[in-house]
Amino acid sequence: MPQPSLVTRDLTVRFGGHVAVDRVSCAFTPGELTAIVGPNGAGKTTYFNLISGQIRATSGRVELMGRDITGLAPSARTEAGLGRAFQLTNLFPRLTVLENVRLVVQARERRGFNLWSMAMGHRDLIAEAEAVLERVRLTHLADQTVSALSHGDQRKLEVAAMIALKPKVFMFDEPTAGMSVEEAPVILDLIAMIKADPEATVLLVEHKMDVIRSLADRIIVLHNGALVADGKPAEVMASEVVQEAYLGKELTDV
Amino acid sequence: MMNILSGDRPKSVILSVLLAVILLALAFAPFLFPGSRSLETAARICIFIVLVASYDLLLGYGGIVSFAHTMFFGMGAYGVAIAIDRLGTGYGAMGLGALVGMVVAGIVALLIALLSLRVRAIFFAMITLAIASAVAVLVSQLSQFTGGEDGMNIRIPRELTPAFRLGEVFGTRVNGKVLNYYLVFTGCLVLFLVMLRLVNSPFGRVLQAIRENAFRAEAIGYRVVFYRAMATCLSAMIAALAGSLFAIWLRYVGPSTTLGMEIMLDILLMVVIGGMGTMYGAVVGTAIFVLAQNYLKELMGGLSEATSALPVIPDLLSPDRWLLWLGVLFILSVYFFPTGIVGRLRGTR
Ligand SMILES: Nc1ncnc2c1ncn2[C@@H]1O[C@H](COP(=O)(O)OP(=O)(O)OP(=O)(O)O)[C@@H](O)[C@H]1O
Ligand SMILES: [Mg+2]
Repeated sequence: MPQPSLVTRDLTVRFGGHVAVDRVSCAFTPGELTAIVGPNGAGKTTYFNLISGQIRATSGRVELMGRDITGLAPSARTEAGLGRAFQLTNLFPRLTVLENVRLVVQARERRGFNLWSMAMGHRDLIAEAEAVLERVRLTHLADQTVSALSHGDQRKLEVAAMIALKPKVFMFDEPTAGMSVEEAPVILDLIAMIKADPEATVLLVEHKMDVIRSLADRIIVLHNGALVADGKPAEVMASEVVQEAYLGKELTDV
Repeated sequence: MMNILSGDRPKSVILSVLLAVILLALAFAPFLFPGSRSLETAARICIFIVLVASYDLLLGYGGIVSFAHTMFFGMGAYGVAIAIDRLGTGYGAMGLGALVGMVVAGIVALLIALLSLRVRAIFFAMITLAIASAVAVLVSQLSQFTGGEDGMNIRIPRELTPAFRLGEVFGTRVNGKVLNYYLVFTGCLVLFLVMLRLVNSPFGRVLQAIRENAFRAEAIGYRVVFYRAMATCLSAMIAALAGSLFAIWLRYVGPSTTLGMEIMLDILLMVVIGGMGTMYGAVVGTAIFVLAQNYLKELMGGLSEATSALPVIPDLLSPDRWLLWLGVLFILSVYFFPTGIVGRLRGTR
């Protein structure tokens, strides 16, 4: 059994009186794709925000590669190997597609504090960004500004940015949300490709059961902020807990 | 050539021509436009191009609103004035004053940035406003140091004053004032090229990314606070150097020439007219604004006389109303060129 890359211990956040994530303890290992499911408002996105640092935990810890990252800023967590794609498209809208990816490569290579060289002179960064665009088939749009792209292409670009970042842990929050039936498989193929790397740990929030069935090695279920089920896809999907969670009934014996 | 411009092409024929005209006019100003008034205007344009560009480094590239820019400008100016006042006239004192002014500006900027940018960008704007006001009060209070409201006259080396005569070139008398102008021009040109370099570096790209979407920039691994602090620092240091040049040029420093809120407003107007987020915008915006400020009155006086036979119009064009027309010009330019003149010429939305 490989060492877990990402661990959360009793991770909790309270907004006023509302506990959005409630003592979630979970470990994720390389080579595994874990689907995180749960009804709307269950706390999936908030759980992601706690892991990647956009929201500070009320209590509990987050460990990445054995290192406590609970107190770190989002940028420091990214440097440490965490990659996050957002539920709502989150890019640099007025910059070009290529620049969006180039900035990610530049961040990963830690060249941002280069004050005196020309950005265009860092050919290797540009070449790598172009290679990533090639992989996700966005090369023809490289010089377009992002705001001119279709929603589907923007989501693709977000996945491209994750590929460019080369994190140890990939976190996807409903990557196919709002995409047409024709477009979604492209994204899923890309995620399957990422998953094929045995070093990669992948966390995927997803509602579509067929997607989960085809990609997930494991499912965890969040309900009212708490982790209520964790196991192989077939088992978890068959379990009563999940059925009830999705039907929105009261959970009785958890 | 592309190397000097840091690979930042003007990307528009009209803009290239406009920039070339401004550059040539400034480079040969003492010979093209003899007379102390036009030289005064040319020097002011040079210095304000740097001041406005350094402000745009913050606002247009970093998305940070600051009201303390004139304070940093003043630090450089007072640095030179106080150094010469204490150490006596000399290039050493002048250089030392400029250096100290720049360092102090950099440190103060860093402190403000680290204290306030962590919290929220809007907080930064308020802090800078408070500190700039406090410093303005302090400067007028510490009169034995700063000359108070009266300011200080600066005894710069004789070679830079009109009393120093060199002879004639192209029928123009070359004196120390012309040398002084070329000191200002060269200094400003170098500072401008440095800024062009900065904004086209990997660092400059990060600033643009932060302006576009700070949340995203942080998420992909850029420590936004540090980048913003760095931008604030650099911008303040460059403003201080511009201030030093201004003090040397005017041979005077006082609250009204460097620290005033009106200057802060002028800077904002010039950035907006030229176009935010492009260094060339600072050049065009400043040139137009300073020219309008200095010559609109005359132009209107001329027009008013020329139209004196017509009803109403001469009244409207009366030189007393120049400020009104400046306002109208400003509103029109913002309405028709929301991305500034340069933004419009480059064809960006
Ligand atoms: N910053 C915040 N302040 C207050 N409440 C919040 C905040 N962020 C999230 N919440 C609340 O926490 C709960 C969990 O929200 P979250 O977005 O994590 O759900 P989700 O599982 O991602 O849902 P969805 O499937 O709709 O994306 C919701 O009730 C939400 O209103
Ligand atoms: Mg969500």
